[in-house]
Amino acid sequence: MPTDLFHGNLVYLTAEEPEAQATSFSRWFRNTQFARLLATAPEILWSSNKIKEWIEKDYEKDKPEGYFFTVRASQNDRLIGFFGLWDIEVNHLNSIIAIGIGEPEYWGKGYGSEAMQLALRYAFTELNLHRVSLFVFAYNTRAIRSYYKSGFRLEGIQRKAMLRDGERHDIVAMGILREEWEARAA
Amino acid sequence: MDIQKQLFVGKTICLGPIDHEKDPAIVSSWTHNAEYLRLVDTAPAYPNAVAQVKKKLEALEKKLEESKNMYYFHIRDRQDDRLIGFATIRWIEWTHGTGWLHLGIGDPKDWRKGIGSEVLDLLLQYAFNELNLYRLTATIPQYNPGALRLFEKAGFIEEVRRREALNRDGRHWDLLLFGLLREEWEAQHAH
Repeated sequence: MPTDLFHGNLVYLTAEEPEAQATSFSRWFRNTQFARLLATAPEILWSSNKIKEWIEKDYEKDKPEGYFFTVRASQNDRLIGFFGLWDIEVNHLNSIIAIGIGEPEYWGKGYGSEAMQLALRYAFTELNLHRVSLFVFAYNTRAIRSYYKSGFRLEGIQRKAMLRDGERHDIVAMGILREEWEARAA
Repeated sequence: MDIQKQLFVGKTICLGPIDHEKDPAIVSSWTHNAEYLRLVDTAPAYPNAVAQVKKKLEALEKKLEESKNMYYFHIRDRQDDRLIGFATIRWIEWTHGTGWLHLGIGDPKDWRKGIGSEVLDLLLQYAFNELNLYRLTATIPQYNPGALRLFEKAGFIEEVRRREALNRDGRHWDLLLFGLLREEWEAQHAH
């Protein structure tokens, strides 16, 4: 049995107090390099008050809609990112993951990859899912490389599905099945 | 081009609004057929009483009014206005010109008669010529060959195969995403 679901080497997983999380998130989204890798929706800058309100509302719910974690760096306990396992279909045991490292100085250094490893371990050993999938923008080549490294396979391309800076971009679909993850973990 | 062309009228069917008095009973009867539910949605099949459907349709129309990223029609017989199914363009992202299609024909007696094809023609015309969208996506379970043929025939291309995303009767099935771009649709309709 895995000993500690919430701890890796570089990072560990937390639930944050609304204020701390809201302050970081509000700041992260001012960086469009980050925001434009994460969502197709037009960027909106939300105050930390508004984000705090959403988190508090979410905390009132009896059952979470998805499984959301914040990610901290082990070396200095800094809040650097998050992931969420969303759209879980209980009859099909699948889920879509969203993941982001909001602090740019932690990009490309393995923090995101390790957060993904923890996310997959949680999805397959705690939630007992059959499959985890994701959508990533074709121009986010760094993320795509890291998802391949984490064991995701290419499942297709949604052609020209987004328009940014006057150009059409593809959205890439990737997925990993339980048995593929188990074969790698063994 | 004919600016006066009817957008909501096909050969045998038409698209119309919800009838909150008459439609709930018919929709409720569809939801008592698990085969229909499994073909039309990935959620667990679950029947809805007439009163539940009535509430849901009222909530749906309220959402149409408020959300602005969804269009929803009831498919009706062109002769007698009988309710046949539903068709929707949803999850529209105006900034990217994208939307997702979802349609269903409730009574198995109305299946395999070309109604889907007629509906899809109207829906595409509305999406590309009225909403001015650029791209449409449809999600189809591998176990629904009727829908696969329908969308392929309309020029949609299989873009994504979400492997083993579904489990029905102890067996895994893929969930397929089909896409159609404006220029592909226009090429089909060039005179």
